[in-house]
Amino acid sequence: MRVVVGQGSCGIAAGAGKVYNALASLRANPSDFSLETTGCIGMCFLEPIVDLYEGEDLKARLVHVAEGDAEKIVNAVLQNNLDELKPMMISDDDASFLSQQTRIALRNCGIIDPTDINSYKAKDGYMALEKVLKTMTPEEVIEEIKVSGLAGRGGAGFPTWFKWNAARGSEGDEKYLICNADEGDPGAFMDRAVIESDPHNLIEGMLIAAYAIGASEAIVYVRAEYPLAIIRLENAIAQAKAEGIIGDDIMGSGFSCKFRYMAGAGAFVCGEETALIESLEGKRGMPRLKPPFPAAAGYKMKPSNINNVETFANVAWIINNGGEAFAAMGTEGSKGTKVFALTGKVKRGGLVEIPMGATLRHVIFDIGGGIREDKKIKAVQMGGPSGGCIPERLLDTVIDYKALSATGAIMGSGGMVVMDESTCMVGMAKFFLDFTSKESCGKCVHCRIGTRRMLEILTRIVEGNGKDGDIELLEELCNAIKDGALCGLGQTAPNPVLTTIRYFRDEYEAHINDKKCPAGECMDLLHYRIDPEKCKGCTMCARNCPVKAISGETKKPHVIDESKCIKCGHCMTLCKFDAISVE
Amino acid sequence: MCDCKDEKGKALDAVLDEYGRDAGSLIGILQKTQDIYGYLPSDVIYYVAAQTGTTPAKVMGVATFYTQFRLEPVGKYLIMLCKGTACHVNGSDRIEAAITNELGIQNGETTKDGLFTLKNVACLGCCSLSPVMMINEETFGSLTPDKAVEILNEFKKRKEEIA
Ligand SMILES: Cc1cc2nc3c(=O)[nH]c(=O)nc-3n(C[C@H](O)[C@H](O)[C@H](O)COP(=O)(O)O)c2cc1C
Ligand code: FES
Repeated sequence: MRVVVGQGSCGIAAGAGKVYNALASLRANPSDFSLETTGCIGMCFLEPIVDLYEGEDLKARLVHVAEGDAEKIVNAVLQNNLDELKPMMISDDDASFLSQQTRIALRNCGIIDPTDINSYKAKDGYMALEKVLKTMTPEEVIEEIKVSGLAGRGGAGFPTWFKWNAARGSEGDEKYLICNADEGDPGAFMDRAVIESDPHNLIEGMLIAAYAIGASEAIVYVRAEYPLAIIRLENAIAQAKAEGIIGDDIMGSGFSCKFRYMAGAGAFVCGEETALIESLEGKRGMPRLKPPFPAAAGYKMKPSNINNVETFANVAWIINNGGEAFAAMGTEGSKGTKVFALTGKVKRGGLVEIPMGATLRHVIFDIGGGIREDKKIKAVQMGGPSGGCIPERLLDTVIDYKALSATGAIMGSGGMVVMDESTCMVGMAKFFLDFTSKESCGKCVHCRIGTRRMLEILTRIVEGNGKDGDIELLEELCNAIKDGALCGLGQTAPNPVLTTIRYFRDEYEAHINDKKCPAGECMDLLHYRIDPEKCKGCTMCARNCPVKAISGETKKPHVIDESKCIKCGHCMTLCKFDAISVE
Repeated sequence: MCDCKDEKGKALDAVLDEYGRDAGSLIGILQKTQDIYGYLPSDVIYYVAAQTGTTPAKVMGVATFYTQFRLEPVGKYLIMLCKGTACHVNGSDRIEAAITNELGIQNGETTKDGLFTLKNVACLGCCSLSPVMMINEETFGSLTPDKAVEILNEFKKRKEEIA
């Protein structure tokens, strides 16, 4: 029997490392069972997960495994009696999270051992590279990608073949192939999962692209906040080098390509391709004016091509299965599958890969299991700081570049954050502007000052100091910034504001005109009151208030001093007589 | 200026050699320099500039552009509190309030005893466990204000055990 422990970042955070160690310490003899590591299967809501395999057959998937369960697992495995483990096995309902998905980019995630190249090879790993190097010309590779309809998964959705073709056609014998693994959207983790769980798939996709454009070096720019991804990638690069898959005369084909990675240092704007190139060159990550595009003059001013991690993760599959098989999935304008990081107030959060053309409702309710505590969904945020909030009534929108853009949001890189009725939409807009104004690199005025002005206005609205005309002023600023900003960061920064005004104007108006937050989230607009009729003067609240904002004599109604109150709500949870209310 | 001849200086020289004293690798050099010193002392910034053939202003420009670099020492335990979207929706503001309340420090500050530094970050990539914080290399998910305080107390105890 093979005992496989899921050890991606989220699994480890949930305690998978401890489970693994406990299993290892209980294994008297390595021949008893084989204990293995795998990456992230994407069912983060069930971590830590332990899979029991007989050969390639999954016999049982155990979820929410604790360190203390190790003994039970080891005994059951040794006696080959898995019935004992029934209570820990995944429910059919939860299993449908995975069974409703179609996995291409994530096909090996949570299945193979990411630390072992042979585990990848056993799943047809590096077969596509061999096929490309030995039987296809670069033009044929680009043609196959064109047939597949693969578009960039980093956000903009630009046809991948077109970029490859442009870089191939650029003059110059020194070209670079770059992978954007900066994954800046806060609330998205698809790329992290791919690198942690299937790093060789990324390397293979990149080498195929390098061959297609004629690059002599491939570089991964990976986010600094992903230490485990960096370790796994470094290890995978070393293994591939040792096997002659990276380096000179790869697989005896005559094609040579160096390969390295660079860790970013924490700057959202470095996800923008020209800023990323500046950063690769050791400079401040300030975007360049385009044109020239990277295809003509990128890294070190040489022809370069940049793609996202997930884009590359599809490439080997397309070569192995043919572009047509990929294009058979999806919609007219959006082919293949897309990976989403489903999070927020959803019951089942994790990684979802589905063919384009599915509806948002399907993803959130059928796969994600609906909203926690069965509350009402309010909206879903897609595309992070560059995207927008899509309201409940538009949840039947299909996942397609054009259809999503029509809502004012974007496909984005795959962040999908679900919000329920307790999330304030003005607060959400302020949250993103707080982010973009801090992350603005400062090069252009529209973005540097414009985002700051917007943040000031949003701040005064949520603090109850909003003025008549603030909504119109915000809209005016949004349009000016969209037109005037130098790079995508500024051009898209207004999207969260524009979409929330478009769909939730009433919430803005409630804050400005009535000084009320309908979601009950904006602290400054909350007022805690004690009902003198109900208050028995038990002093419980007064004694426990952390800022001593409540006063009153024993057995007499108490009062809250609003100037001191920090609105922590502690008094309300303590009151036995239901005398404290919030509005 | 730093003559950088002590133990740490030797380690720094090894880093500079590894990168061929190339200003094009400034970010990598500064990352490893920070690993050595815990932050980027100003005399070391001058030294790196001289060794890589660039100006201190350029090095400072890079060091202040990226959030990873610190110009001041940090506490023994660096709390990285996630303020990403998923964590925001699941209440990271309340976690921050609990931490600042408990430790008496704001974002970017270090406690007087040098034990904790609080730093807000954007997304640790564990969004399904939100709200999340990371202390040194350890990640803690599904936080509540009480749980966050409990974890801080664990770390305070750890220190006592060592002492
Ligand atoms: C502010 C900003 C941040 C971005 N962040 C990322 C990112 O984190 N990851 C990514 O792949 N693309 C990001 N992009 C998009 C890239 O500029 C670029 O379009 C993409 O990497 C191209 O790869 P693709 O064609 O495979 O999508 C960002 C763009 C902007 C304007
Ligand atoms: S938003 Fe906090 S870990 Fe991603």
